[in-house]
Amino acid sequence: MAEESLKKKYKSRSMAQETWRRLLQNKGAIFAMIFMVVLVGAAIASGFIFDYETDVIGQNMAEKLMAPCAQHWFGTDEYGRDLFARVIYGARYSLIIGCGSVMIGLVVGTILGSLAGFYGGIMDSLLMRANDILYSIPNIMIAVVIVSVLGTSTFNLLLALCVSCATSLSRIVRASVMTIRDQEYIEAAYAMGLPTWKIIIKHIIPNCLSPIIVQVTLLIGTTIISASSLSFLGIGVPAPAPEWGALLSAGRGHIRDASYMCIIPGLAIMLTVLALNLLGDGLRDALDPKLKK
Amino acid sequence: MIRYIIKRILQMIPVILVTSLLIFWAMGLTGGDPARTKAGEKATEEQVEQIREEMGLNDPFFVRYVNYVKGMVTGDLGESYVTGKDVFKTFMERLPNTLLLGGAAVLVAIIVSIPLGIYTAVNQNTWKDTAGMIFALFGVSMPNFWLGLMLIILFSLKLGIFPSGGKAGWDTLVLPALTVGFGLAALITRTTRSSMLDVIRQDYMTTARAKGVPEKKVIRKHGLKNALIPIITAIGLQMSLVLTGSVLAETVFSWPGIGRLVYDSISKRDIPMVTGSIIMCSVLMCLVNLIVDLVYAFFDPRIKAQYSKKG
Repeated sequence: MAEESLKKKYKSRSMAQETWRRLLQNKGAIFAMIFMVVLVGAAIASGFIFDYETDVIGQNMAEKLMAPCAQHWFGTDEYGRDLFARVIYGARYSLIIGCGSVMIGLVVGTILGSLAGFYGGIMDSLLMRANDILYSIPNIMIAVVIVSVLGTSTFNLLLALCVSCATSLSRIVRASVMTIRDQEYIEAAYAMGLPTWKIIIKHIIPNCLSPIIVQVTLLIGTTIISASSLSFLGIGVPAPAPEWGALLSAGRGHIRDASYMCIIPGLAIMLTVLALNLLGDGLRDALDPKLKK
Repeated sequence: MIRYIIKRILQMIPVILVTSLLIFWAMGLTGGDPARTKAGEKATEEQVEQIREEMGLNDPFFVRYVNYVKGMVTGDLGESYVTGKDVFKTFMERLPNTLLLGGAAVLVAIIVSIPLGIYTAVNQNTWKDTAGMIFALFGVSMPNFWLGLMLIILFSLKLGIFPSGGKAGWDTLVLPALTVGFGLAALITRTTRSSMLDVIRQDYMTTARAKGVPEKKVIRKHGLKNALIPIITAIGLQMSLVLTGSVLAETVFSWPGIGRLVYDSISKRDIPMVTGSIIMCSVLMCLVNLIVDLVYAFFDPRIKAQYSKKG
């Protein structure tokens, strides 16, 4: 108890607490966090509120193409399905694909990037050449090739998108590892006889966490846009699942008579990505106040 | 300088070889039997087998790949399974349309973003800066095909100023170019702002002001010129975004470019067309990156000197 009161007196804060405190001073980041909590909450709750078979994909031709009203907040689509239910349910797809492919990309990218950055030499050349090659093909084309080989499904879309996440994360990890590798405390760890893998995991990766955290946040946003782009082209999440890009693709056919079908799913994508971008920018400033301009 | 260009072009060869190997291999896995597609539904098993032999589909993978590469050198990427047209020719017919769209988009982006980036940097931490940054934030958060749909609703359906698709006169170019250019503009605005902020605090800016150079000229001649390199880098890095954006914008606006070609070929499972187009796209990206590097040299004498030294 005595120790705790002493701590309070001197306000000793851990790195995470300090970052959190700075993040709370950023209005954009607060908005972003509230929005993301609401969105994730809605995505989880949608499974309990709406019945997938009847509310989300069940057709009701009597109520087709109704403009937004009290009964159907976002209106209904060409099969009479309530757009509100579909958009809220669609958040699941975007969030799962966005987070899932970034997480896979993060694991692969961190392993490859830290090995390349730490050892240099052939390992580094190989990784960077592979990166150059993937870089010379636009991401969307890589995804198109992967999806057309594996077939269209939510999981294949996730796999296709994680390739570009892995390449960009491995570059960032490599760059930060290379700057940290030559620091004196790494040399000290060596001198103390720590094995290399332990040095990488315990000393190097924690020190390059900030750029990775920021990049991950921003990448989730980009990946959500890519996923919806591919679904819009008809090579993402297969119908009738209410992925946001697929909703836009359906809305495109009714752009003249039911423009809300084009507007609302796009707003959902934009607000989600906007929140992630605000959060990413806020985290960048909070993790490294020196960078703030 | 010329030696540098030749060296860079030679370096492209292994990249393109590996890229084409990967794509050739992957597209070979997509399934479907091209010989049967070509022979038509009524063909007998023997006829299909004969076509398969003629097309070289029975050869081992590496023989087929080496033949493909041999073809690539002479500009022969095979024929479309669907239309029977030459892949390389079809690609080249479509290419100018995509280049026109991409070029117009980059132009829109530069015209909007560089002045806006300078303006926000000069007015740092005022409401003007905030407004500019909010604009940029919305720009990077928006899926550009959705922006395309919104532009169609506003300008074609409500106001009736621009056509909603197709390619005819200059007015059909406006909406697609805005669609692709807007997201790019947002990214470049951010880069321009931060790059200008770095430069604005330099001593030579103060010196120029002390000499009595008018403020506008200080910003333009002393500031912007030194801030340009990161801006050009950002533009260069976003070239794949321009191509991706074009694929989507071409679909939204029925613009007859490469993006539509790839999209149509995929939905028709036209494998030679997809393989050829994607390989050509990566060649295109390599060339664009080379051009971006050469543009650096044009804007920065220091880099130019480096090139001639290294050779």
